[in-house]
Amino acid sequence: MDRRINKNRRKFFQTSATIVGGTLLYSLIKPLTSNAQVIEVNKEDNSINPLWGMGVDLKKCIGCGKCASACKTENKVPDKPFYFRTWVEQYTVKNDGEVIIESPNGGIDGFVQSVPNEDIFKSFTVPKLCNHCSKAPCVQACPVGATFISPDGVVLVDETYCIGCSYCIQACPYGARFMNPITKVADKCTFCYHRISQDLQPACVEVCPTDARIFGDLRDKKSKLVKFLQKNPTQTLKPHLNTNSRVFYNELSSEVK
Amino acid sequence: MEEHYQHLYHALSQVDGYIYPNEIDLHWGLMIVLYPYITGLVAGAFILASLERVFNVKVLKPTYGLALLTALAFLLVATLPLVSHLQHPFRAYEILMTPNPTSAMAIFGFVYLWYLMVVLLLEIWFDYRLDFVLWSRESKGFKKYFYKIITLGINDTDEKSAKLDDKIGYFITVLGIPSAFLLHGYVGFIFGSIKANPWWSTVLMPVIFLFSAMVSGIALVMIIYMVVSWVRKVKIDMECLDTIAKYLFYILIVDFTLESLDQIHRLYEAEESFDIIKVLVGGKLNITLIFMQVLIGTVIPLLVIGFFQFYKPTEKIRKIIYFIVGLFVLIGIFFMRWNVVIGGQLFSKSLSGFTSFNAVFSGMEGYLMAAVWLILPCLILVFLLWLMPPWKKTTMHN
Repeated sequence: MDRRINKNRRKFFQTSATIVGGTLLYSLIKPLTSNAQVIEVNKEDNSINPLWGMGVDLKKCIGCGKCASACKTENKVPDKPFYFRTWVEQYTVKNDGEVIIESPNGGIDGFVQSVPNEDIFKSFTVPKLCNHCSKAPCVQACPVGATFISPDGVVLVDETYCIGCSYCIQACPYGARFMNPITKVADKCTFCYHRISQDLQPACVEVCPTDARIFGDLRDKKSKLVKFLQKNPTQTLKPHLNTNSRVFYNELSSEVK
Repeated sequence: MEEHYQHLYHALSQVDGYIYPNEIDLHWGLMIVLYPYITGLVAGAFILASLERVFNVKVLKPTYGLALLTALAFLLVATLPLVSHLQHPFRAYEILMTPNPTSAMAIFGFVYLWYLMVVLLLEIWFDYRLDFVLWSRESKGFKKYFYKIITLGINDTDEKSAKLDDKIGYFITVLGIPSAFLLHGYVGFIFGSIKANPWWSTVLMPVIFLFSAMVSGIALVMIIYMVVSWVRKVKIDMECLDTIAKYLFYILIVDFTLESLDQIHRLYEAEESFDIIKVLVGGKLNITLIFMQVLIGTVIPLLVIGFFQFYKPTEKIRKIIYFIVGLFVLIGIFFMRWNVVIGGQLFSKSLSGFTSFNAVFSGMEGYLMAAVWLILPCLILVFLLWLMPPWKKTTMHN
C-alpha cells in the first residue's frame, strides 16, 4: 500500500516537473527561435524567396543626383529638402586632412565644389539609402511592430499601423528614416517594393546613368549583385554597430560616415 | 503644414557642419523632455514615501501621505505628453494590444499600468480605506458619495481589519520599491539602449535616470510639504524637513558621482564620437548642461545642504534656503532631461555636424503646452488633498 502511494507520488512529481520544466524550456527556446528568424534571412538557405540587397560601386558614381530625384518622384516623397529615401553625399578631403561633407537638397540639384582645386586631396560622391539591415535596430525598437522585415529581406513600414512615435528614427544609425509630414508615419526606402515585386528594378537603379547601383537577389548565385560582391572587396556602413546591412559599397573610403 | 516647413527651412539655415538630410527636424521635442521628468518625479516621491514606511524613517511621517498623493497626481499625467506627441495618438492603444517584445518602448504601457493600478492605487486605498469608511459617515454631498463608493463596500472598522489593511499596505510598499526602480530605470533604458546615438547609449543611463528621479521626487515633496504647511498655517516639522534635505544630499551625491563617472569615462576612452560630443557639451549645451544642470541643479544644492550638515542656521533661514534649493534641484533635473533628450538629437549621427532646436511657444510641442502638463498635476494634487487630506486621517500605519 505504502509503496503504491509512493509510486503515485513519484509519478505526480515527475509529471509536474515535466510540465514546469517543459514550459520553462519552451519559453527559453521561443525567444531564441524568434531571434533566429531575424538572423536566418541573412543565411544562404534554400528559401524560395529572394533576398534583396544592393551594391553601390563608388568608382562609378558621378554624383548626378538622378537617383535621389527619381526616388522622390516614384515614391511621392515630399519635395522639400528635409525628406529623403535616398540621397547623395559629396566628400572632399583637403590637403590638410580636413573632410568636408555636403549634400545640398540631397544632391538632387547636383554639386558645386566649394573647395578650390589646388586644396583638394581627393573628392568623391556616396549615394545613401536604407541599408535594409537583417538585424535592423529600427525593427527592434518599433513598439507596435509596425516596421518589419519582409520575407525577402526588405525593411518595410505598415502605414496603417505606425503610431508615429519616432523611436525607429532615433534607432536608425544611418539617418535613413523620416517622419512623413503628409501620412504622419515613419517613411523610408522600400527598394521600391511595388516595382521589385513585379520584376522591375528600383527607380534609383533604373535611372542611374553609370550603373553605379546594382540591385539583386543575394540568394541567386548568378545575379549581378552576387557577381559584383565576388569581384569587388565591398564594405558596409558602420559595421561596428552589428546591423548586418545589405547595402554593400565598393571602394568605400574611411572618411565616409 | 507651411508653418512646419518654414520652421524646418529656418533650422536648415542654422545647420553647422554636415548632418544627414533627414536629421534637420528634431523628432523628440519638449514633450519627450517632460515624459521622463514627470515619471521621475513620481518614482522619486514614491521612494520617499517608502523610506518612511519600509525603511522605518519615522521622522518623515508628515510627508508620507503627501508623497503618495504627489506620486499619484503626477503619474496620472505622465503619459499625456507622450501620447500627445505621437503623430497618430489614436493608435496609442496598439502599444498595449500588440506590443513588440523586442522594443524597449513597448513595455512602458505595462510598467505604467502595473505601477498605477497595482502599486500606487492599491497602496493608497489600503492606507485610506478605514478613513474612507469613517469620513463617509460624517461627510455630506459629493464627498459622502465618493467615500461610500471608494470603500468598495468594505466597511469594517474593527481593529482586525485595520491591521490587515496595514499588513497588505506594507507588502505593497515593499513591492513598490522595485517597481519604482523598474519604472524609472526602464525609462532610462529607452534612451540607453539606442546604440545609434553615442550620447544616449551608455549602460549607466538607467541608473542615472533612477537616481536623478529620486533627487527630483524628494525635492518636489520637500517643496510641496512646505507650501501645504504654509497654506494650512501649521508649523513645519523641522526635524522632518532636515531629514528630507539630508536624503536629498546623499542621493544627489550618488547622482552626481554617476553622471561624472559617465562623462569621465567618455573623456578617457575618447571614442569616435568624442570629438563631436566635446563640441556639443562646450557649445550647444553649455548653458543647459554646465550652468543649469551642473551648477544650479547640482553643485549649489550640494554645497548648501552639505554646509548645513556641519552648521545649522536658524529655522527661518533653513526653510527659505531649503525652498530655494528644492527649486534649484527641480530646475536642474529638468535640464538634465533636456540635455539627454534634446542634446542627443542636436548632433548628427554622421558625427560631423549639428542641427538646432527652436522651441515654439504655442502648439502641441510648445512651451504653453509644456506648462499645462506641469500645472495639471499640481491641480490634481490640490483636488486630491481636498478630497483625502492626509492630515485629517484618523488612522496611521504603524
